[in-house]
Amino acid sequence: MMLSKDEAQTILKKVMSFTTADECEANLNGTTRGNVRYARNTVSTAGNTDNVSLAVQCWFGKRSGVATCNQFDDATLRRCVQRAEEIARLAPEDPEYMPRLGPQQYLTAPSFAQSTAGITPDFRAKAAGDSIALCQEKKLTAAGYLEDGSSFAAIRNSKGLEAYQQFTNLDFSVTVRTPDGTGSGYAVADYTDIGKFDAQALTQRAATKAAASVAAKAIEPGKYTVILEPAALVSDEGLINRLVWAFDAREADEGRSFLSKKGGGTRTGEKMFDPRVSIYIDPTNPQAPGGTFDNEGLPVKKLPIIEKGVVKNLYYSRYWAQKSKAQPTGFTGNFVMEGGTQSIEELIKSTQKGILVTRLWYIRDVDPQSLLVTGLTRDGTFYIENGKIKHPIKNMRFNESPVIMLNNVEAVGRAQRLGGNLVPPLKIRDFTFTSLSDAI
Amino acid sequence: MPSFGETLVDPARLLEPVMDAAVNKRLADAALNAAKSAGASYADVRIGRYLNQGLFTREKQVQNIASTESFGAGVRVIANGTWGFAATNNVSEAGLAKAAQQAVQIAKANSKVQKEPVKLAPQKGYGEVSWKAPIQQNAFEVPIKDKVDLLLAANAKALENGASFVNSALFQVNEQKYFASTDGSYIDQDVHRIWPTFGVTVVDRASGKFRQRQALSAPMGLGYEYLTPKAQDKVAGPQGSDVVGYKNSYDMLEDAAAAARQAKQKITATSVTPGKYDLVLDPHHLGLTIHESVGHPLELDRVLGYEANYAGTSFATLEWKKQGKPYGSKVVNIQADKLQQGSLGAVGYDDEGVKTKQWMLIKEGQLVDYEKIRDQAHIVGQNESDGCCYSQSWQDVQFQRMPNVSLQPGKQKLSVDELVKNVDKGIYIAGNGSFSIDQQRYNFQFGGQVFYAIEKGKITGMLEDVAYQANTQEFWNSCAATCDESDYRFAGFFNDGKGQPSQSSAVSHGSATTRFNGVNVINTARKI
Repeated sequence: MMLSKDEAQTILKKVMSFTTADECEANLNGTTRGNVRYARNTVSTAGNTDNVSLAVQCWFGKRSGVATCNQFDDATLRRCVQRAEEIARLAPEDPEYMPRLGPQQYLTAPSFAQSTAGITPDFRAKAAGDSIALCQEKKLTAAGYLEDGSSFAAIRNSKGLEAYQQFTNLDFSVTVRTPDGTGSGYAVADYTDIGKFDAQALTQRAATKAAASVAAKAIEPGKYTVILEPAALVSDEGLINRLVWAFDAREADEGRSFLSKKGGGTRTGEKMFDPRVSIYIDPTNPQAPGGTFDNEGLPVKKLPIIEKGVVKNLYYSRYWAQKSKAQPTGFTGNFVMEGGTQSIEELIKSTQKGILVTRLWYIRDVDPQSLLVTGLTRDGTFYIENGKIKHPIKNMRFNESPVIMLNNVEAVGRAQRLGGNLVPPLKIRDFTFTSLSDAI
Repeated sequence: MPSFGETLVDPARLLEPVMDAAVNKRLADAALNAAKSAGASYADVRIGRYLNQGLFTREKQVQNIASTESFGAGVRVIANGTWGFAATNNVSEAGLAKAAQQAVQIAKANSKVQKEPVKLAPQKGYGEVSWKAPIQQNAFEVPIKDKVDLLLAANAKALENGASFVNSALFQVNEQKYFASTDGSYIDQDVHRIWPTFGVTVVDRASGKFRQRQALSAPMGLGYEYLTPKAQDKVAGPQGSDVVGYKNSYDMLEDAAAAARQAKQKITATSVTPGKYDLVLDPHHLGLTIHESVGHPLELDRVLGYEANYAGTSFATLEWKKQGKPYGSKVVNIQADKLQQGSLGAVGYDDEGVKTKQWMLIKEGQLVDYEKIRDQAHIVGQNESDGCCYSQSWQDVQFQRMPNVSLQPGKQKLSVDELVKNVDKGIYIAGNGSFSIDQQRYNFQFGGQVFYAIEKGKITGMLEDVAYQANTQEFWNSCAATCDESDYRFAGFFNDGKGQPSQSSAVSHGSATTRFNGVNVINTARKI
């Protein structure tokens, strides 16, 4: 359920008026989501969820307790506050306690679009139907998923901090396979504003890859130049996400991170990557807007993580920042990697010998010391020769570290939005494939 | 902050009785009647109260204690031959009736793009029945202080034995579920799970190296009794390995001390020379390999293509099965099981009201069956569900999930030392570590927690930077021998992910220590 800023803050103000604790903070979050899933050219499941929830946290000294409720009449709110206070009185002291923040200034992000908030079940059914129809016509098989949602986050605390933001998103992905299972292609996209969403065009991209990937040839595993499309770089478990999420200052200071320095300290300020690599947090980016505050109300600001290959900033929690005499970092998960001007087609054209990778899959940590990860190519892997796609190749397993990979940059393409981030396709030399896979 | 649908609560709330079978029957009937009136040919309703508690510590301090409750109901219907689902946290007759009507509406809307009507395997109604996990001590009844003290004592053991850092946690789950369907079943169930775990890190500042070792506990379908160690539940690894495995009870303090010693040893262990080795895999490790290379490829929804856009499909297609190629060697007998006591998958009835059972998946290396639910059985010419339908909560639709999938122990007497004795050049691996497998389950790579070199039948020292890569069929066909029942124990996973939107389920995998010949081992050390 969506509540306006005034509606949300009215509830939160009441919470503050009911507490007798030393400090109190309340988070009110609401969401309305819908989805449709299809496979074998037919819809399999669809659903709607609607929820709003209030979490109240109270402190007595360094002891805190949390309670929640999802009804907002005065009696329920009073009970919720009382319960949080009761739990706080019984809790152990938190040695990493930090006092609540006072009022903050937040950036403005274009994170909400009315067009997306207005999506209906019919809209979802039509998208699925269009995707299926295209595949049926081409005698291919579609499996896809569309999920959309509107949400809000509101915070208020007893020190006068007040925050509110609305979000919308639509995520769509489709895997198209040949009926005999010898070819498979994939396309994925996500939007804050659905103005540019086109289920058919995305399905067409996946269908083209599926048809082109039939009769794949095996090549010898080893080190190859690769063009990694954004879906090969960013996913729930992607190479670039893993790198960005691993920039925790405390772990680096404690000596248990790839960013720890031999003998003590961190590698902040060192040039660890190719100079064309710049990654930063920017919730105001119009293509990939993000949250402007974290769940304590700490502002998320534009902050370089890697600038021209140099480690610029690590993430500091408020506690660790105070201990390290550093600034705390608001981070809500999405990032921007600076891109160049070349399209994927142009990257292919300038490649003498190499491999085009549509998607990487099942990426898991192998060694946190080097950030080495393993995973496999999937749904469209092609051999490039003399600037052209020569033929499809069988999928392969890789073992590679994003740190090594971002030292072996040949070219950086035009950045695209994916998973709420902005990320360019990359041409990388000496990417390490270690075995062949029969999977299609 | 809790995820949506989960509410943080006072721990005392977890012990309050909320679910009442008589009340739930009345509510369920309201939903089923509303669904039928709206035009459903079949309906089921799940009223669920899902309780979780997690305790988190590091070194000498408590980081977080969170108790959550999620209560609501999901209604699933078939209308116009199509599934529809809707959920509500308004657990009243009116709330459930409304959800039932919404589910019928969704089903009717989707029926326009439905190719074939849903066909359910017949299922008789059981009337009013119940099932309760046979636990000895409800973990939610144990005072939080006692649980915190245990975690901090484990941390202290790790620190005493050389750990630089240690994080520990205890997860407890209680699913109170009431299922009813238009088939005439009214099923009341009480499910418990527990998972104590930790991670130890040793940092060598001088060399800049750090090494970790995770707990060798298994998440179990047990109560707090799992945390009272019993001598008969401890199983020693091969001589010279310093590994202890655990059956139905776990010695967290002993394991934390061993973890610190082993993490320290890993700093100076020999980096493996890549090549072919005979692998001796302990059950904690092998459970994950079974999970990924047998449990998942035999999920019938994957086999048929329903998971193609996310989890993937499977090499073990219906056509592949017909060809009769061996999945593994004659030693390989793998059973699916929803009954094994203490396992994570054990319940009386699944989430579509089917009584649970055991069945063989692989017999003497040959694939004989899949994992399937009511709307899939007819596709493979069967007329009975396997009872492995599950939903992670009241607000998610139930679908086919992996049952416990276990490698049966050898029938001949064989100890771990006897197994190792015949290995000329091998590696003993204990504990599950890094894991990755392709979307059709051919090519996989696994790491582990600790690795020991075996030379001429003896453990000769610790190795590091080990991972093995194999093809599922080649790997299981290289299975040479598995130890007897005295070595059999569970590995388990609390959060196996599948579906869109993704749902997690908990599953156990039993096995005894097992030998695989000539597996490709790579060295994973890289310089950055």
